[in-house]
Amino acid sequence: MKVKIRPDQVVLYVVLVLLAAIMIYPFVWSVTASFKTNRQIFSGNPLNLIPHPATLDNYRQAFALMPFGRFLLNSAMLAIVVPAASILIGSMAAYAFARMDFTGRDFIFLALLGVMMMPGHITLIPRFALVRKLGWINKYTALIIPAIFSGQLVFNIFLMRQHFLSVPKELEEAALIDGCSRWGVWWKVVMPNSRPAIATLAIIGFKSEWNSFLWPNIVINDYMKMPIQVGLSCLQSNMRTGWDVLMAGTTIAIIPLIIIFLCFQRFFISGVMTSGMGGR
Amino acid sequence: MATSLSDSALSPTLPSTGSRRRRRRETLTAWSFILPAVIGLGIFVYGALVYSLYISFTSWDLLTPAKWVGLANYARLFRDESFHQCMYNTLYFVVAIVPAGIALAMAMAVALNRPLKGVAFFRAAYYMPSITSTVAIGLVWLWIFNPDQGILNTILRALGATNPPRWLESMRWAKLGLSIMRLWQVSGYYMIMYLAGLQNIPKELYEAAETDGATPWQKTRHITVPLLSNTTFFATVMLLIEVFNLFEAVYVMTEGRPGGSTNTVLYYIYTEAFQSYRMGYASAIAWVLFVILFVATLVQFMVRRRNERVG
Repeated sequence: MKVKIRPDQVVLYVVLVLLAAIMIYPFVWSVTASFKTNRQIFSGNPLNLIPHPATLDNYRQAFALMPFGRFLLNSAMLAIVVPAASILIGSMAAYAFARMDFTGRDFIFLALLGVMMMPGHITLIPRFALVRKLGWINKYTALIIPAIFSGQLVFNIFLMRQHFLSVPKELEEAALIDGCSRWGVWWKVVMPNSRPAIATLAIIGFKSEWNSFLWPNIVINDYMKMPIQVGLSCLQSNMRTGWDVLMAGTTIAIIPLIIIFLCFQRFFISGVMTSGMGGR
Repeated sequence: MATSLSDSALSPTLPSTGSRRRRRRETLTAWSFILPAVIGLGIFVYGALVYSLYISFTSWDLLTPAKWVGLANYARLFRDESFHQCMYNTLYFVVAIVPAGIALAMAMAVALNRPLKGVAFFRAAYYMPSITSTVAIGLVWLWIFNPDQGILNTILRALGATNPPRWLESMRWAKLGLSIMRLWQVSGYYMIMYLAGLQNIPKELYEAAETDGATPWQKTRHITVPLLSNTTFFATVMLLIEVFNLFEAVYVMTEGRPGGSTNTVLYYIYTEAFQSYRMGYASAIAWVLFVILFVATLVQFMVRRRNERVG
């Protein structure tokens, strides 16, 4: 076979590679700068990415200045617990809407639709006032409970309902005739058949909780309970000039999600597709 | 409750006692399924919404009890120049980010919707910024925009600019700087939406156009772009809402400076509420933003409904 190089292909490739360089440069800079000395960051050429000499000092300093291990742990906990609860509560409701005929159904469904159309910021201040009244400030409950009951929960309900509707009824009916309760059918028949949908929602939830900032920033100022993004912004305001240490912190905040992205790309992509259709 | 209404609507024939009992039992089971969601959302969304409306009619600094002030907070919005500046800035961001973001996303998707070598790498690379925390990557961009050592001005100087912009330090350039950063960050997300949209265009259309001797540009212009109009509509509304909610980039990169030139409505709500402790006034601003975004979302829902009925 003869390889033909067409000029328009070459132009396309040049553009694509250039764009990829722009998209990736901030990540690469952050990672490489985190191994550089401050002197090197300030005097070097920003295109010279290789740390010389390479040092782990910035990470040592970041961990000494702030409990970054704790930050990571808190974020990992949030990014697992909140989506798990949201998906569980969401699929319960979704099952009722997909398969049961009950009094109040249309009214509640309409009310849920209303939540979807509500921008999150409108509840920011009253939620804060409520959490403060409940004495939850600086507690994990303030991070977890309000985060579960958000637009994401309704999105999960709608998506799971859509998914349940597409699953053939016969399996469930057989189980019901065998004397299985509705709860049994939901947990033993319907949920195990919904793994791809659950995985997609878990990834969407993990991403948004890992990156969440505004709400935790308002309700937590105790370092031991801070998630990573809030901790990072504290590092920034504590020491405005230490770029080397700051880039170590930034790298710590970015890398875990990038690794998860590279492992589960498929679910990230299906997440965009479903949320494109879900309107979020 | 509107229960009896939907009740009769769902079962038009008079039910027998047996089926009525069964229905009652089913209703009980169903409510046990939806109860956690209903209670949680009832408190943290609908309860909060009503509470927010109440707060917006009061003057409240969190320390002393809230004082009812009627419409005073809303009246103040008309006189508050900081708020007007935020609205203007937000409109600037809409104009700077939405059309360019949509165009970039569509172009990337069209370019990557073919069997190129390395296509998976390009897609992943373009998409990656959108999954990254804005707080974290915003710090990196702070460095990129550094007027003396950042890469942007280093390149501009290498290209012959003797006096490149001071970017985030300058009243004139800060908004554009933030827009560039957001554009970089969000386009990949919408590219994926467009890639999904492109899957739905039948290949036969392109084959037919080729037999008629259409150029690649003509095919894009007359087949791809019109058939993607649905995706474009949703992407535009979503991006619009996203730009109206611009917050984290402002928080870490500019704090609304210089001179309020990058202050956005959401950032203003945040500083009014949690730095100046004017809960009432902040809630009034939140309600104005709410109405704007609600209308945008409502339009989106109505169009989707219509499309679903048609297609």
